Amino acid sequence: MLTLRGVGRRFPGGTEALAGVDLDLGEGDFLALLGPSGCGKSTLLRLIAGLDPPDTGSCVWAGAPPGPGQIGVVFQDPTLLPWARAAENVWLPLRLGGQRREAAWPAVQAALAQVGLADAAARYPRALSGGMRMRVAIARALVTRPRLLLLDEPFAALDEFTRHKLQEDLLALWQRARCTVVFVTHSIYEAAFLARRIVLMTPGPGRIADEIASPLAPSPQTRLDPAYAALVGETTRRMQRALEMP
Amino acid sequence: MNGATWLRAAPALFGLAALLLWEGLVRALDVPNYLVPGPLAILRAFLEDPGGLLLALLSTLSVTASALLAASSLGVLLALAMAASPWARAAIQPWAVVLQVTPIVAIAPLIIVWVGDPFTSLVVCATIVAFFPVLSNTAVGLAAVSPELLDLFRLNGASRWQILWLLRLPAALPYFLAGLRISGGLALVGAVVAEFVAGSGGFATGLAYRILEASYRLRIPRMFAALVLLCIAGIAINAALAGFSRWLLRRRGEV
Ligand SMILES: Nc1ncnc2c1ncn2[C@@H]1O[C@H](COP(=O)(O)OP(=O)(O)OP(=O)(O)O)[C@@H](O)[C@H]1O
Ligand SMILES: [Mg+2]
Repeated sequence: MLTLRGVGRRFPGGTEALAGVDLDLGEGDFLALLGPSGCGKSTLLRLIAGLDPPDTGSCVWAGAPPGPGQIGVVFQDPTLLPWARAAENVWLPLRLGGQRREAAWPAVQAALAQVGLADAAARYPRALSGGMRMRVAIARALVTRPRLLLLDEPFAALDEFTRHKLQEDLLALWQRARCTVVFVTHSIYEAAFLARRIVLMTPGPGRIADEIASPLAPSPQTRLDPAYAALVGETTRRMQRALEMP
Repeated sequence: MNGATWLRAAPALFGLAALLLWEGLVRALDVPNYLVPGPLAILRAFLEDPGGLLLALLSTLSVTASALLAASSLGVLLALAMAASPWARAAIQPWAVVLQVTPIVAIAPLIIVWVGDPFTSLVVCATIVAFFPVLSNTAVGLAAVSPELLDLFRLNGASRWQILWLLRLPAALPYFLAGLRISGGLALVGAVVAEFVAGSGGFATGLAYRILEASYRLRIPRMFAALVLLCIAGIAINAALAGFSRWLLRRRGEV
């Protein structure tokens, strides 16, 4: 779907955020970008989204590059419009694409139902809990039925119970919708639970150091599976080794 | 009465106590009316000619309202221009500051001469005093949009117009309202100052003129009565604008 070759990015001021990144993103992948803070995960995600251009190297799409609404994004903060109700927030991407409220409403309702918020459609963001706001943000990303879903540490600010629930929901959504997902995280547990491919990144400058293919079948039960514990151990070991290498 | 009720009653209670103290002191020390009139004397002065004073207040308020309307439209338009183009920002900003720091008493006589029509010239002066808070607050609000939301708009192919209409303007509304509240008070101050400068020259209907007139004739209690009316008007404008912002923001689910 997308091929990155030798991608680098340097910020004004001299920070080399990414250098020599090679990555192949396949149709239907669920890929976790895992690494410590500052290793360039968000920078890489923005490159994939096309929000920033690479300074060196190339990003090549197989076929037509995605148009408006074909990439869904979820940021670490829900970043909802505080003056719009939950349903209006979800409507936003369709509205920007020229869809009127009446035409968009079935899709909006469906997206809210997908994240279990059908009852909260008329509420304002400030009347929602942190987890519910994140669900609205996910519904907003899903409402256009994107080919590619990009998430930047979306659950980092949530409590463990909510996080587990949303992780399971996301996994189920991915299995149903079969879109391609790139998920940025600095949690080994989260990466091991969710991803089919765990991409390990190291800082200074940001590089892809290693990649692990998950042997687990995507299912909410995997948390108790010994194979999950083994994958967490394996990922931890290889991350440590990647960080020790000069 | 519980704590909250006490808190709400506090300004009135404090005011009442201050009035009692004032009246008591004036009587005990036998201060003459032409130096410091007591509250009762002021009330009597007001009741001698309530119609005249209230009409003068109405005149000042109509200048204030027109100026506030002009100031907020001008402020928002200039802020939009500044948000739309860096060129406009560079061109407008220094001149807005120049207008803001120029003492209105210094340029009011010129404006009155240039504009000619007394009412319009008062409005122009008050507008100059009042427009800056709306302009600078709205400009800050238009620029203070979360970069992530901007990215989201861009990813969904939003036009500049959609970004303005669906993101920047609604995000700037609370900032605009905060500026409007400051401008409301300034518009009143500007109107009164302009009336003082204009004096009897043509448009002698505002409260400031009543104050001048009363002071020439040493009718100090009447002068105080006009001052009190001005204070009440200022407080009312502030409260009305605060109520308006709260109502609007609550309707948008933000408070
Ligand atoms: N706009 C910018 N200007 C300058 N430097 C930047 C900018 N954005 C990021 N950087 C630098 O680039 C590097 C990578 O940043 P990035 O945000 O991609 O890290 P990250 O892996 O997402 O970290 P975290 O897990 O903390 O979000 C960091 O060293 C950061 O300081
Ligand atoms: Mg980041």
